[in-house]
Amino acid sequence: MKLKKTAIIAGVAAALTLGVAMTKADQAYAGNDRFKKVLARGELVVGVKADYKPWGFRDSSGKIVGMEIDMAQDVAKAMGVKLKLIPVQSSNRMQFLQQGKIDLMIATMSDKANRRKVVGIVDPNYYTSGTNVLAKKGVVKQWSDLKGKPVCGKQGAFYNKQVSSRYGAKIVAFVGNAEAKQALRDGKCVAWVYDDSSIMADLASGQYNDYEMPMKTEDDTPWGLAVPLDEKGSIWGNFMSGMIYNWHRTGRLIELEKKWGIQPTAYLVTMKKKFEAYQPK
Amino acid sequence: MELFGDFFKQLYDTTGWNFVIFYDQVEWDRFIAAIWTTIRLIIACLIFSVIVGFAGAWAQGAKSRIIRYGMAGYIQFFRNTPPFVQILFFYFVVGNLTPSYDAGGYQQAYIGSFGWAVISLGFFAGAFNTEIFRSGIEAVPESTVEAASSLGYTRLQSYIYVVFPLAFRVCLPALNNNLVNLLKTTTLAYGIAVPEMMYTANQIWSDNVNVPEMMIVLFLFYVGLVAVLVWGMHRWEKAMKIPGYG
Repeated sequence: MKLKKTAIIAGVAAALTLGVAMTKADQAYAGNDRFKKVLARGELVVGVKADYKPWGFRDSSGKIVGMEIDMAQDVAKAMGVKLKLIPVQSSNRMQFLQQGKIDLMIATMSDKANRRKVVGIVDPNYYTSGTNVLAKKGVVKQWSDLKGKPVCGKQGAFYNKQVSSRYGAKIVAFVGNAEAKQALRDGKCVAWVYDDSSIMADLASGQYNDYEMPMKTEDDTPWGLAVPLDEKGSIWGNFMSGMIYNWHRTGRLIELEKKWGIQPTAYLVTMKKKFEAYQPK
Repeated sequence: MELFGDFFKQLYDTTGWNFVIFYDQVEWDRFIAAIWTTIRLIIACLIFSVIVGFAGAWAQGAKSRIIRYGMAGYIQFFRNTPPFVQILFFYFVVGNLTPSYDAGGYQQAYIGSFGWAVISLGFFAGAFNTEIFRSGIEAVPESTVEAASSLGYTRLQSYIYVVFPLAFRVCLPALNNNLVNLLKTTTLAYGIAVPEMMYTANQIWSDNVNVPEMMIVLFLFYVGLVAVLVWGMHRWEKAMKIPGYG
């Protein structure tokens, strides 16, 4: 009886490991057919944010709109296919790409070395942003003021760990931005740590008139859009590199920034100048 | 410990399997803290829900119509809404109506996210426990209750000393089931930022991009916890067995 039980457990464990091992092996598969697949399907599936105003959010009719959705639209237009948007979360966006549920991910993702091992982040980067906080006016002045105090955050954001290890803030992370900002408004935390560009958009929206962004922005990090890892060196990855190059060169991203009311970013201006310099006068 | 850590570091370098919690001190500390929070949360919820069930089953048979209707309303409310909605409701709505004090730029509530998780999950499972206990109480023969009252027991005394001990034995298997469910439902507390296992695993896999690895850890962790609970409940069931009854 005892032996039988052990055998069953071993069997389950083996099945589990085998199943997992197979998914890992699947990831190693190198293909070059994503581009052709999208064309054949006549539809491009892009993973975007649906809760990150103004990059990707739902308008009053429930449709997903935003700066990154416009970028996805540009890609679909260049390929002559229809666009399908899949809303993703910070904590699951890379899995969507790994499992082949989306062809492309434009989801406000910071470009990190460990992420490059998992998904095919395409060069050049299309944006940069840093970490800052939104807080009631006069409550905090510098990063060290956060020590030992509850600071609201979003689950899955990498700066949660940095702010807690660097300044000793107690991170209280919520599933979505809406809950976290509600907790800030309820006074459950002193500040809401997030992306400076997103906070600027909040401040500009007029809903946060008693609030400010008091800190010096830290860790300016580039953003990367991504294709599946094994497609990075193929047509698909190279095609996306070209898209980003042209977005920079033509000033399309600066134009979109203006359209969505985002504070102008120095990075986009620098990139435009850099790429323009290669053009004959 | 060092050898153990080295093994997992090696595993990551050679196979790409990143069980970061076993070789990175910071992540290990987070993981251990999460284990304690989870266990505390589960124990608090289990005890609270059983107390609610005990009191609720008594109130269901109360003489006062107000108490009986109040009880029925409570059960309907908690059985007919999803537990996640209840947690959010308690934390964001009821939580703002309870007293708090200014702790330097933020409002420190007397009941924090942990407290609200225990209250909402305790009431949620308590509603089911009430019904489970009622099924047990109804299984106690009417003649036994009459015998108790003819011996001079009041309604409360006969509930405590005669009816409940018998009813409890009848409904233990069903209670067992509900408590296992409650244990698993505590993961929903991640929605209001209680740093339990689900929440911490999410943070760890976001920081280290090791979702499948942490999923396995999470999975095994809960399998283990439920196994311990079920084992304990079975022992209890056996220990309380009355020969010739049930």
